[in-house]
Amino acid sequence: MSSNAKLLTLDAGAWPDTYGEMAKPRMGFFTDTSICIGCKACEVACKEWNHVPEDFKGFTGKSYDNTLHLDADNWRHVAFIEQRLPAALDGDTATESLVQIAARRELEEDSGLDTLQEGEGLRWLMASDVCKHCSHAACLDVCPTGALFRTEYGTVVVQADICNGCGYCVPACPFGVLSKRKPDGRVWKCTLCYDRLRDDKEPACAQACPTNSIQYGELTELHERAEARLQEMQDAGQTSARLYGAHPDDGVGGFGAFFLLLDEPEVYGLPPDPVVTTRDLPGIWASTGAAAVALAVGIAAACIGGRR
Amino acid sequence: MSTRPEVPSATLETRPRRNGKGERAMVPEAEPRSYYDQPVIQEPVWTWEIPIYFFVGGMAGASAGLAYMAHLQGNNELSRRAWAISLAGIHVSPMLLISDLGRPARFLNMLRMFKITSPMSVGSWILATTGGAVTVSAAHAWTGVFPGLARSGRLVAALAGMPLATYTGALIGNTAVPAWHKARHFLPFVFAGGAAASAGAAAVLATPGKHAEPARRLAVIGAALEIGAAQGMEHAAGFEGEPYKKGLPGALSKLATATTAAGAGLLAKGGRRRSDRTLAKVGAGLLLAGAFTERWAIFRAGFKSASEPKYTVGPQRERIRKGESLGAARMPGNRPG
Repeated sequence: MSSNAKLLTLDAGAWPDTYGEMAKPRMGFFTDTSICIGCKACEVACKEWNHVPEDFKGFTGKSYDNTLHLDADNWRHVAFIEQRLPAALDGDTATESLVQIAARRELEEDSGLDTLQEGEGLRWLMASDVCKHCSHAACLDVCPTGALFRTEYGTVVVQADICNGCGYCVPACPFGVLSKRKPDGRVWKCTLCYDRLRDDKEPACAQACPTNSIQYGELTELHERAEARLQEMQDAGQTSARLYGAHPDDGVGGFGAFFLLLDEPEVYGLPPDPVVTTRDLPGIWASTGAAAVALAVGIAAACIGGRR
Repeated sequence: MSTRPEVPSATLETRPRRNGKGERAMVPEAEPRSYYDQPVIQEPVWTWEIPIYFFVGGMAGASAGLAYMAHLQGNNELSRRAWAISLAGIHVSPMLLISDLGRPARFLNMLRMFKITSPMSVGSWILATTGGAVTVSAAHAWTGVFPGLARSGRLVAALAGMPLATYTGALIGNTAVPAWHKARHFLPFVFAGGAAASAGAAAVLATPGKHAEPARRLAVIGAALEIGAAQGMEHAAGFEGEPYKKGLPGALSKLATATTAAGAGLLAKGGRRRSDRTLAKVGAGLLLAGAFTERWAIFRAGFKSASEPKYTVGPQRERIRKGESLGAARMPGNRPG
């Protein structure tokens, strides 16, 4: 792919300059959702290894998803999407004719049973979501205490002994990854198993994944693998396959944890065009300064105006 | 009884594929697609202390400026009272902010570093600076202590007080919250107007009528800026700004505008005549209520826009559709996906 040369230059803000000789290759995840089977082993392994407390216990009624979103107590989240494919209008995605669909619906109404199975006009999408470890991370930029920092692996980690729970990173993240843990008061998120990386072990979720949907490695190598996989999917007729977060020219400078998706990102609950909010900060500061000057002028006018 | 699962909103039928075959483009535009209508971003975790801080901190900052100007003009009656108002606000502010922290005992970590990329870090330093300077200035104005310190303290307080009143706009504008981020250039002006209005109004309430003229004028100027900037903001925020106009935040916003306009009207009319002074004080009360309600409306509108995926996804998908952005998802050949 022609974009490979660009991918190799993917930077991550200040990293790796600040680490000098201690800098490691940038590590990350490639989550290939086309081979995710929705087993949630990643969610469990993550909770086990990182001592992430249990939270919601129950059924949401949203397919097999009882996690729903990443937050302080869920650092991996497996999404389940049941798609009713359109009737045979374009031929490339539909698997049933209109007659077949009508017959099946009649059977369903008569029996009261749902007869839809995978491959019969139904498509299952499953995807394990995780912190993106952005090249330009809003959470890191806005953190006033320096609790959030970039590691020698180019990943983004919260230091639990520094975070004072101000909560600024929570609405700053364009993916909604961070949140505050209730009784604890601090924010928590995926560390890309920083502790395991330092012992040359792969992160718990990647090790637990039975299908290799979650792949861990050097980011440049993962990009090559992903491009090859995308080509393979295209050649096999999966024209809906796309890479999400693999390009350094997106709004966050590319993800450290990127994905192969089979539909638009929003279908998985992901933003289609995420932008790091601090990209607009120079303009915001300019407006803030102008407003401060306007306030000073207003006060001066109010005080001096009456003297005439 | 049907056992068929409810079809999620995330189906191919709800919206035509952008890159799909041409014949499906005739399907009308629907709501942006989503994952079971789950929000894409997190709602902020800030609680009631924060909008109160926006109000109190803004009033403290603008009051420092008013106190300084009144001092320069020799209006000591007004100056002393404005310093006192600023002093009260500047010391309540950190209490509110610390109370909102998940780990209040670690509040000093806010001054662990200075980060220009974090308006909260910059704001912490501004608040700390203003706090010290206002304390010295107010102490001197009322007791005469620290005359030397107060000379520079007054100027520092007035200078730092201005961005103290406006940086809160940068604070919430610099987030992924659609209603706030889209309004980022207007928020500092709305907050500057509210700060001027509330500082003027508070001084009108505290100061004998014949000394309160500058405060009265400041309140009216501030109210005009607040209403004007808020109108501009609602217009500029477009679709992302819908929560400013609808639902509870929308109702609060309208209430704030009406209250502020009424208060400014009474204050503009309430002049030096004794009979008008009661009216002026009622007007000042209305202005304070209006400035506070406006902060609350803006705060709640942000939560609303964060909680509905359409405000996040819709404008982003629109950028991709218009070719203004490639987005983060790419099909082969670097086509947006």
